Amino acid sequence: MLAYIIRRLVISIFVLFLATILVFLLVAESGDPLALLRANPKIPHRVILARENLLHLNDPLYERYWIWFSHAIHGDFGNTVAGQAVRPQLVSHLLVTLRMVILATLISIVLALAVGVYAALRQGKVADHVATVTNFLFLAAPVFVVGLLLKEFVAIPINEHLNRIVFYTNGEQSPTLSGSFFSRLPDYAAHTALPTITLILVSYSSWAIYQRASILETLDSDHVRLARSKGISPRRVLMRHVFRNALIPVTTVIALDFAAILGGALITEIVFGWQGLGIWFLNGVNGLDINITLAYLLVTATFVILFNLLADIIYAFLDPRIRYD
Amino acid sequence: MTETSDLSPRQQRLRRVSTSEVGMHTLPEAVPPAGSDDEARYGMAGDARGQLATVARRFIHSPMAVIGLCIFFGLAVAAILTEMFWTYSYTSITNTLNAPPSLAHPMGTNSIGGDVFAQAMHGTLQDIEIALVVAVLATFIGATVGAVAGFYRGATDTALMRFVDLILVIPVLAILIVLAHIVAKQASNWLWLAIIIGAVSWTYVARLVRADFLSLRERDFVEASRALGASNRRIIVRHMLPNALGPIIVNATITVALSIVLESTLSYIGLGIQPPNVSLGLLVDQGQDSATTEWWLFVFPVVILVVLILSIFFIGDGLREALDPKKNRVRA
Amino acid sequence: MTDATMTVDHLVVDFSTGDGTVRAVRGISFSLAPQEVLGIVGESGSGKSVTALATMGLLAKNATVTGSITYAGREILGLKEKQLAKIRGIGIAMIFQDPMTSLNPVYTVGWQIAEAVQAHQDVDKNEAMAKAVALLQLVGIPNAERRVQDYPHEFSGGMRQRVVIAIAMANNPAVILADEPTTALDVTVQAQVLDSLKTALAETKASLLLITHDLGVIAGLADRVLVMYAGRPVEIGTVDQIFYRPAMPYTHGLLGSLPRLDSQGAERLRQIPGAPPSMVGDMKGCPFAPRCPMRADICDEQEPNLAPVDSQPLDSPADGSGSAGSALDEIDDAGHVAACHFAGDVARLPVASMFPDTSADHEGVAP
Repeated sequence: MLAYIIRRLVISIFVLFLATILVFLLVAESGDPLALLRANPKIPHRVILARENLLHLNDPLYERYWIWFSHAIHGDFGNTVAGQAVRPQLVSHLLVTLRMVILATLISIVLALAVGVYAALRQGKVADHVATVTNFLFLAAPVFVVGLLLKEFVAIPINEHLNRIVFYTNGEQSPTLSGSFFSRLPDYAAHTALPTITLILVSYSSWAIYQRASILETLDSDHVRLARSKGISPRRVLMRHVFRNALIPVTTVIALDFAAILGGALITEIVFGWQGLGIWFLNGVNGLDINITLAYLLVTATFVILFNLLADIIYAFLDPRIRYD
Repeated sequence: MTETSDLSPRQQRLRRVSTSEVGMHTLPEAVPPAGSDDEARYGMAGDARGQLATVARRFIHSPMAVIGLCIFFGLAVAAILTEMFWTYSYTSITNTLNAPPSLAHPMGTNSIGGDVFAQAMHGTLQDIEIALVVAVLATFIGATVGAVAGFYRGATDTALMRFVDLILVIPVLAILIVLAHIVAKQASNWLWLAIIIGAVSWTYVARLVRADFLSLRERDFVEASRALGASNRRIIVRHMLPNALGPIIVNATITVALSIVLESTLSYIGLGIQPPNVSLGLLVDQGQDSATTEWWLFVFPVVILVVLILSIFFIGDGLREALDPKKNRVRA
Repeated sequence: MTDATMTVDHLVVDFSTGDGTVRAVRGISFSLAPQEVLGIVGESGSGKSVTALATMGLLAKNATVTGSITYAGREILGLKEKQLAKIRGIGIAMIFQDPMTSLNPVYTVGWQIAEAVQAHQDVDKNEAMAKAVALLQLVGIPNAERRVQDYPHEFSGGMRQRVVIAIAMANNPAVILADEPTTALDVTVQAQVLDSLKTALAETKASLLLITHDLGVIAGLADRVLVMYAGRPVEIGTVDQIFYRPAMPYTHGLLGSLPRLDSQGAERLRQIPGAPPSMVGDMKGCPFAPRCPMRADICDEQEPNLAPVDSQPLDSPADGSGSAGSALDEIDDAGHVAACHFAGDVARLPVASMFPDTSADHEGVAP
């Protein structure tokens, strides 16, 4: 088992760096990041030259990549097009995004399992139909639609009705916020509520649909039939033989979907004006900033790989059949 | 030896059957003639139905699937008809600015006098066009890659799957943003957009087909074809692919829906369809600030977008149920 | 019978499917006496598995069951899941067909047996596990003390089926239902599993309802046999009556397709041409008629009911193939019923003689 994990890890890291090469080539060849600077007559030539050197823009491609790579494995991600260090920006933006993502993921998992189970056990009844249609609705609505709808038709009316700002729709905290962590908490909460709810609504739906299907399939299975024939209580059949088994495929699905959550977080940040990783990345791409792009890539891909590995471990824990390979 | 006429009919029959004079002509047919009463009792009537008819019948039995189909085709037809016959096109500019819905402009007008209805319909058409191209592209590439990987296994499989992992390790949206940025220069042409979305979507199909092929490979009919001397290509195309077709079709449908989501998201952040062309996502982006004031600029594109995607998901779900051979199995 | 352990009376099972209503069981009645082995024989689709599942209340949700099922004098059809749970395992236990999927893959074998024990006996975990070990030994699993901690996927098919038998015996049930227990297994393994089954019967003193399409298995174990066709019993009798004086052409056909060690010379196997009927919709007349060599007009009009068989020789035998003065003459007709308009005649014919001994299209095969 351990050997399997290590092997997967090594391959994933290898794949990751292949991906960085690919992206590097794509972005490096797509234009001149300093074009705007050059077009500005007020910027002296030596400033532009200095920036070029900082960004190694005149070096051949393979050397540029090597410079980036050798620094990156030490944690130094180079400089932005504007000449500032990438790493501090990366960290601060990452923390902002994590606020939203961690909370949303946890709540989504709980919600998805609950809704999936509930709908499956009441299959065919009204509750099931309502749940299924709702699931599909949130599955179909793109992230930005859900975010915008919450922003325009939930937050603003509530705020106006109660004559105070309950839900903030812009930014992750008030600009002049200060004080201890605990005093800042209500402000954080008011700002985090809507984006987190958005992310939850778009994430839980596909898992809930999957969980419902998984439970329905398990309910029909041979081993559940045998369990019932033993004469154990219906509740125990449900807990020990249905849920326990139906949980297995879902955990993999959830863990593998983490990349999608990061994508969703990106859009949510744009809708609600958060200074998170996603917006930072988007601006970076628009500005042809390789270092920002690659840094984002590394961070998100690392998270995805870690989550995939977590999925494998949890799967092995839940299903004895694959423990011994 | 007693004369035949001395025996009762029952004894005559007994005699005929119990001697070895039984010939083929006195036995019931192994396969009853078509249309005879025996056919129904043989259960043959059920076999005569083609597979396609069975799938279609089961599909129709699901209300959600039928609603989805109606809505999707309704929207598509409405969009086509609008393009051809509506008074305004999506580029028309009138003198009525920011007008709420009226008879002349069922979805109102925007700040430069453009007819929202014409734009929304054109956007719908554009989205469907892109989605279909993506689905075809992704399904072809994905099915081919998946089939080859699943069938040949070994080094080919590993190499191909590492390549798939390469793409999937990064959030799809992030890849698209990078690609779209490069391509946005070329593309007021929507085809480029469709190509890059297809370039990331095929990976899901490939994984699915590979998993299917890995298990199909072990089935007896594959070994049988091999024993009969069929070439690998023939086995894959003529024997295995038709068996994997069900999930492929369902996945293709989901791909259509997801590509609309991806494309509209890209258009929303400005990296998708560019003006003067129009897509539903772009309309939402343009209308978001007026959501509470000129609500028609926001609400109509949003509703159409969600309804469009939802209808395709319903169709996909209906197809999945109709194609699943295990449903309602009665084990006697 | 008032002293029967379990009786089934006019059981009808309908399934509502996408193709319409399928009537899988069209009225079956039988009773199971204490310590009796009743074999139910039939082809796939005849309704035998459905009957067993119906008695335990384990059918799918789209099934409608009518009729009566009594256990220990009590009506159990229509009981709620919670009430049925009190009878399952300790009153009536079941052995399922496919050992590869019957056991839960995520729990150890010992855990699953112990769970069955603890469901009906007031013992703690250790005692239950000890009992599990004892049961594994009983069914013939070597190294039981170690293997009790293994997972189902670490056992072969035959061993898994023995685990299932161990679970069924765990609470000494009064009735064991065995639904095709050996169908999914190799022939050599079948013998071992049947041995375990016999051990189970000896230990628990239970009655056995043995469902199978394999007449060889029936011959070795059953006291009485019920032959099913198209959802209804078409013949019921003792093992000897069924094997030596079958009174329904279908039974003849089943027997004729069985290779016999006691057959003289190189006789060919007999075949029943055709296929079983579709169970959708109503049937007119005898369902077996299209395939029956004895078919007459009345067969197409009226479905025969189960009626007592009179198999004593006719006064003027039409043929010379009756067996004279052998042990077969001592097989009487008590309790032997068959659903055929010509049951008496059929019973007097040599087994399977009315079916062809050539394959249907042997003329079509190149010489």
